[in-house]
Amino acid sequence: MSVLVIAEHDNQRLRPVTLATIAAALQIEPSVEVLVAGSACSAAAEEAACLTGVSRVRCADASHYEHELAENLAALVVANAAGYSHLLAPASTFGKNLMPRVAALLDVAQLSDVSAIEAADTFVHPIYAGNALETVRCLDAVKVLTIRPTAFDAAVPGNSAAPVEHLPAGPDLALSRFVSRETSASDRPELGSARVVVSGGRGLGSADNFHAVLTPLAERLGAALGASRAAVDAGFVPNDWQVGQTGKIVAPELYVAVAISGAIQHLAGMKESRVIVAINKDPDAAIFQVADYGLVADLFDAVPELVDALAR
Amino acid sequence: MKVMVPVKRVVDYNVKIRVRPDESGVELDGVKMSMNPFDEIAVEEAIRLREAGLASEVVAVSCGPEPCQETLRTALALGADRALLVETAQTLQPLAVARLLAAVCERESPGLVICGKQAIDDDANQTGQMLAARMGWAQATFASKLVLGDGCAEVTREVDGGLETISVQLPAVITTDLRLNEPRYATLPNIMKARKKPLDRVTPEELAVDVSPRLQVLRVSEPPKRRAGERVPDVATLVERLRNQAKVI
Ligand SMILES: Cc1cc2nc3c(=O)[nH]c(=O)nc-3n(C[C@H](O)[C@H](O)[C@H](O)COP(=O)(O)OP(=O)(O)OC[C@H]3O[C@@H](n4cnc5c(N)ncnc54)[C@H](O)[C@@H]3O)c2cc1C
Ligand SMILES: Nc1ncnc2c1ncn2[C@@H]1O[C@H](COP(=O)(O)O)[C@@H](O)[C@H]1O
Repeated sequence: MSVLVIAEHDNQRLRPVTLATIAAALQIEPSVEVLVAGSACSAAAEEAACLTGVSRVRCADASHYEHELAENLAALVVANAAGYSHLLAPASTFGKNLMPRVAALLDVAQLSDVSAIEAADTFVHPIYAGNALETVRCLDAVKVLTIRPTAFDAAVPGNSAAPVEHLPAGPDLALSRFVSRETSASDRPELGSARVVVSGGRGLGSADNFHAVLTPLAERLGAALGASRAAVDAGFVPNDWQVGQTGKIVAPELYVAVAISGAIQHLAGMKESRVIVAINKDPDAAIFQVADYGLVADLFDAVPELVDALAR
Repeated sequence: MKVMVPVKRVVDYNVKIRVRPDESGVELDGVKMSMNPFDEIAVEEAIRLREAGLASEVVAVSCGPEPCQETLRTALALGADRALLVETAQTLQPLAVARLLAAVCERESPGLVICGKQAIDDDANQTGQMLAARMGWAQATFASKLVLGDGCAEVTREVDGGLETISVQLPAVITTDLRLNEPRYATLPNIMKARKKPLDRVTPEELAVDVSPRLQVLRVSEPPKRRAGERVPDVATLVERLRNQAKVI
């Protein structure tokens, strides 16, 4: 058996989701290999080489890998897939975009959002917004998986560096072309890996309220900001702040849900948090059924009061 | 240009599903089924393209058992021109669906396929990407904006960290995200009209596609339940609990 992890990175650093994916890979095999494809990505490759359990890094450096376009990347992975029993990537938008394409080119199944590894061919993953856990045996020779990052601890740096091998780049298929990227500016920690998350829902009422009320709380707690779908749809915050079944999955130490009713689609994204606090003026809101601490109150009173109390 | 929209029949998003006590799967008997919400968005986008004169025909395709024709009728009521049911009683996994859809693409030659990004039952988020791979086409997943150009499409994608715009060569597969559009409702007259629109059937055998599962489901179990905790009377108590009991701040 031999496991290859497809790294998600920004050419300089590996993303935290990649570290979790490597940790998952190490539950399948005691040593694993990592593919770093990018443009001027040697720093990311060096970082991967220094992780405990990584035995080799394969680095493909070319300008047409800069924007992680699925067609070129999938072709590269498939061209270098011989000999591997497992191909893994994080269940981020990067991995979800790439891995089904890789699997279909290999004519094998792909398993999404793996949250536990029972055996080299047997995996657990959530379905139906996390309301059921499915245990599946992969019958194909090559197992292609995306890994739910919050379900695995991050791989850690070791004492030695594995060799970095340079892979020849594949052709630029030119099926798609990068045009532009609009990053949602925020000086807050990254939502997917933050220790504390403060999320707001429809009850915030406006973008101005959302920021005026929740930013001081997030600052006080060193938290990332998240939101329900209703808050995103209403334009209070950027799309990639959405927590839930069809948004981001988070599992922080502390999740504070402000004016979020607790629809199953939202719970799917946050119910693995260690401690959940809910602030909602409706005593019957479903969010209270999963909250460790529930406060029935108007957010416009309770949140500023909470910010003050935390300062004391 | 012909636009193909694959639509899946799934448990309605409002249903709180139950896991069967024998762990053989999720209880589907007597449960309300609907079109996958992301596929409603896909149908809507396709119809808007036709209304804008950018598409000539919208073809809805569903793979699965006989009742999937209800989902196809919904697509027709929303405005699709015709429908195709790939009928099989076999449980279909995303690779099998993608291979069936690829066989349909070979027959239909659409200029664009618009899928949902994710079916809310299996939460797989795979089929569109797999179809694009099987056809050797470009893919643009998680679309929140689509602008058709000459032989290409500019698609804004919802990605971690923000929005990304790419340009894909046509034919291509696009998968919809929540913010692409707000789907219309089917009106009664359109539901009546949909009954007369053509709905063809084909089988996997006729398409020469092997749909045997590649993933063997061993068990479907209930996730660990979270219990409701304490109702705190005020902010001061909340802070005390977070500091001294949960020790999280
Ligand atoms: C296909 C699909 C995918 C979806 N994916 C997601 C997803 O990934 N993530 C997600 O979050 N949702 C998702 N949803 C939507 C989900 O079903 C709910 O509609 C959504 O989560 C509701 O958001 P909300 O709780 O902010 O709004 P609401 O349900 O309207 O709740 C607002 C809450 O705020 C409270 N409130 C109002 N004012 C105040 C105040 N002043 N003080 C205190 N409390 C107040 C109210 O009591 C209420 O409980 C999805 C839906 C579909 C169909
Ligand atoms: N059985 C099916 N019939 C038609 N389309 C499907 C089917 N399964 C999946 N799809 C399409 O593929 C998308 C993604 O599904 P999935 O990969 O299962 O999450 C759906 O939103 C549909 O557009």
